[in-house]
Amino acid sequence: MHDEHISSAFDRDLEAVQALIMKMGGLVEEAIKNAALSLETRDEELAAQVRAGDKTIDALEEQIDQETALIIALRAPTAIDLRLILSVMKVASNLERIGDHAKNMAKRTSVLTQMATVNGAASSLRRMALETERMLRDVLDAYIQRDADLAAAVIQRDLDVDQMYNTLFREFLTFMMEDPRNITPCMHLHFIAKNTERMGDHVTNIAEQVIYLVTGQMPDEGRTKGDKTSLEPAAAPPDVEA
Amino acid sequence: MYDTPISERKVDQQEVKFSAKGVQVYYADTHAIKDVDVEIQDKTVTAFIGPSGCGKSTFLRCLNRMNDTIDICRVEGDIHLDGQDIYDKRVDPVQLRAKVGMVFQKPNPFPKSIYDNIAYGPRIHGLANGKAELDEIVEKSLRRGAIWDEVKDRLHEPGTGLSGGQQQRLCIARAVATEPEVLLMDEPCSALDPIATAQVEELIDELRESYSVVIVTHSMQQAARVSQKTAFFHLGNLVEYGETSQIFTNPQDERTESYITGRIG
Repeated sequence: MHDEHISSAFDRDLEAVQALIMKMGGLVEEAIKNAALSLETRDEELAAQVRAGDKTIDALEEQIDQETALIIALRAPTAIDLRLILSVMKVASNLERIGDHAKNMAKRTSVLTQMATVNGAASSLRRMALETERMLRDVLDAYIQRDADLAAAVIQRDLDVDQMYNTLFREFLTFMMEDPRNITPCMHLHFIAKNTERMGDHVTNIAEQVIYLVTGQMPDEGRTKGDKTSLEPAAAPPDVEA
Repeated sequence: MYDTPISERKVDQQEVKFSAKGVQVYYADTHAIKDVDVEIQDKTVTAFIGPSGCGKSTFLRCLNRMNDTIDICRVEGDIHLDGQDIYDKRVDPVQLRAKVGMVFQKPNPFPKSIYDNIAYGPRIHGLANGKAELDEIVEKSLRRGAIWDEVKDRLHEPGTGLSGGQQQRLCIARAVATEPEVLLMDEPCSALDPIATAQVEELIDELRESYSVVIVTHSMQQAARVSQKTAFFHLGNLVEYGETSQIFTNPQDERTESYITGRIG
């Protein structure tokens, strides 16, 4: 198939809207990275920066919505162009959600700096956030390069993020049982872990959009749902029973 | 049917009306249609799309032997209507065309009254016994053509005095007056404004309940709007034939994709 439309203005419109996605993606990657860093280094200023930056991300989503609506109205896209426009809209809304989760993480950082640290939790959370951020970077590469295989690999990697979340969940539970003073910080930390796990899910959604864009088919739900840890009642640690 | 989601609004008719196998058409030395196999379903709107000169109109005209009127044109292969070979020597092309009606790009009413435009076909085919019955056919056809209300008070004025959109609907009414089984339309809306186009498209959708409709169109959006099946022709080949929803969201052939998305192809 030829890459270029007869109407070169149509090509320019499509490129412009994809450039906005990449810009938005870059900002969201930064937000995840900085939110996680601010948590580990207890950097309130950086956390405030992440919170403020979310407005730019939201504004970009709105701009993308307007541009895609115009393209639909004026160009009546079909086939690959239609799939591109649909994917642009969905990717933008998923990026916006990831941005919200990063902002949420940064908000809790500000609260957590007032409390005692919980052993090793911040760095585990940062590792989890960094893996999510790498997944996002790869899925955006897959998007621009139209690489369905890379997108499928990203979907598989979300299993690791889910696994990290489950491990952290167990740890927090243990900390809270050991010492009730841990409850408040652990609750905050748990929400951060949950936010990060949700980011991974949104990255997975984007990866599915990449596969749809390239192949015209949504991927099969081939992934087995992972651990049920968070759904099971917690077993009391042995020392409590005594 | 209208309360079903678009994605489920697939072709429910599997009965084949036209079956073409290995059709070749030559204009003198020019090979215009190359080995086309296609099955056109009953009670379905089938759209033929493709760039100018791709053979879609030529193929459409094979379906009611309109190409017979062109001396240098030669048709090979099999075209069956309800299982009967339409190029068989015993088939009378005039009878065939009563069964397979046609509407052209430019409205071409006869230089007669609106009434006589419609009554002409039923008269020559002896479809009406007496004036009352003929009146009934005329009214029914004009209603089917969605033009009755606009012309009922001036049935004896010349058809050529109507507006372009009305003339085209008159021609459609004329085509349905002989109770055809298939209606061929060669760019029926290209000379009409958007409102008249919408009226004709609405009409096509209604006609689908009784007929198999085959429409050649240069407007991709029109093909997407009115048809259930779409065939893409390119350089005399039938490149891709499938459900309209599939052709417009996920075409399988690169040439189809290039054409419908407006890329150089």
